[in-house]
Amino acid sequence: MDYFVIIISAIFVSNIVLTQFLGICPFLGVSTRISTSVGMGGAVLFVMTLATMVTWIIQYYVLQPMGLIFMQTIVFILVIAALVQMVEIILKKISPSLYQALGIFLPLITTNCAVLGVAILTVQKHFDLMQGVVFSMATAVGYTMALVIFAGIREHLDIIEVPKGMRGIPIALVTAGVLALAFMGFTGMVK
Amino acid sequence: MNQVQNLTKGFIKENPVFVLLLGMCPTLGTTTSALNGLGMGLATAFVLVGSNVVVSMVKNLIPDKVRIPSFIVIIASFVTIVELVMQAYVPALYAQLGLFIPLIVVNCIVLGRAEAFASKNTVWSSAIDGLGMGLGFAFALTVLGAVRELLGSGALFGIHFIKGDGMLAFILAPGAFIALGYIIAVINRLNKKTA
Repeated sequence: MDYFVIIISAIFVSNIVLTQFLGICPFLGVSTRISTSVGMGGAVLFVMTLATMVTWIIQYYVLQPMGLIFMQTIVFILVIAALVQMVEIILKKISPSLYQALGIFLPLITTNCAVLGVAILTVQKHFDLMQGVVFSMATAVGYTMALVIFAGIREHLDIIEVPKGMRGIPIALVTAGVLALAFMGFTGMVK
Repeated sequence: MNQVQNLTKGFIKENPVFVLLLGMCPTLGTTTSALNGLGMGLATAFVLVGSNVVVSMVKNLIPDKVRIPSFIVIIASFVTIVELVMQAYVPALYAQLGLFIPLIVVNCIVLGRAEAFASKNTVWSSAIDGLGMGLGFAFALTVLGAVRELLGSGALFGIHFIKGDGMLAFILAPGAFIALGYIIAVINRLNKKTA
């Protein structure tokens, strides 16, 4: 498949948050300010790309030759959890400033289903390693974009009078619904 | 706390989806119909009961520092069991739910109950807690699935009540967010009245 098609479809047509429903928890939890959304997006981009690379290698060089595909879920989640820990330790040593920016988001990412989801999707779609990397990076960009747009809307929602029962999560969910409606406009752009 | 309360708290008072707002991804992603919601809910309930029982059995053997990874391995094992069983016996449902079955591993409810309840309580009450929370989750998913199916295609559990197509948007992604938003608003209102 063409890289361009992969990129466009991962960012817009099947946006991971708004059409695939992955990574909703941080989407609702973190996205109250634009600055934190960008930080979270950066951390996701980093971990997602790395995790997809490592799990791809494990899938095709360890699990498949050894006939252990049924262990996929267990192995993948452990790899991701270990990877996040490692990234945290390495970042702390090598680049304290980057750690400062991404640090608080890293532990959250282990339980972000988008990371495990993309790792499994890459295997399901039979991408090769390069396509997998491009796919995961584009997905993370789409994730960040959705997060930033949503945070921008929520910053405005703060100062608007909302009916009592709808305050907080309900209005956020309805807003996300409207945003998803907008993203449905991209449907059919890529087959 | 007596066991009846332990079992029923998951339905309304501490409902994992409507009140605690945990496990949003499968909630939104799989509830295109009442049946899919129920299937996903029961699969999660099974994992919850299993992992709660095992975690409470081994809680004294696991050193504190490695407890989270150990819990994740236990949970992932049960998810793999569910995956294989569903693939073998209900392949149609398995195909519908797709990616979300392996993703039960990262469902915050399962790890949350293991950490918050099962690692501190007896095997028996952990099993009841898992069952209550699991059924509460299944209940929430079925309700959301029913609302979306009814509005989106005028049907319930595949039986058509209303002629015509309904509002297709409710079956698609936007409807999930909007329907859940309004359900939570209604529940908030009800909880305020009883409080």
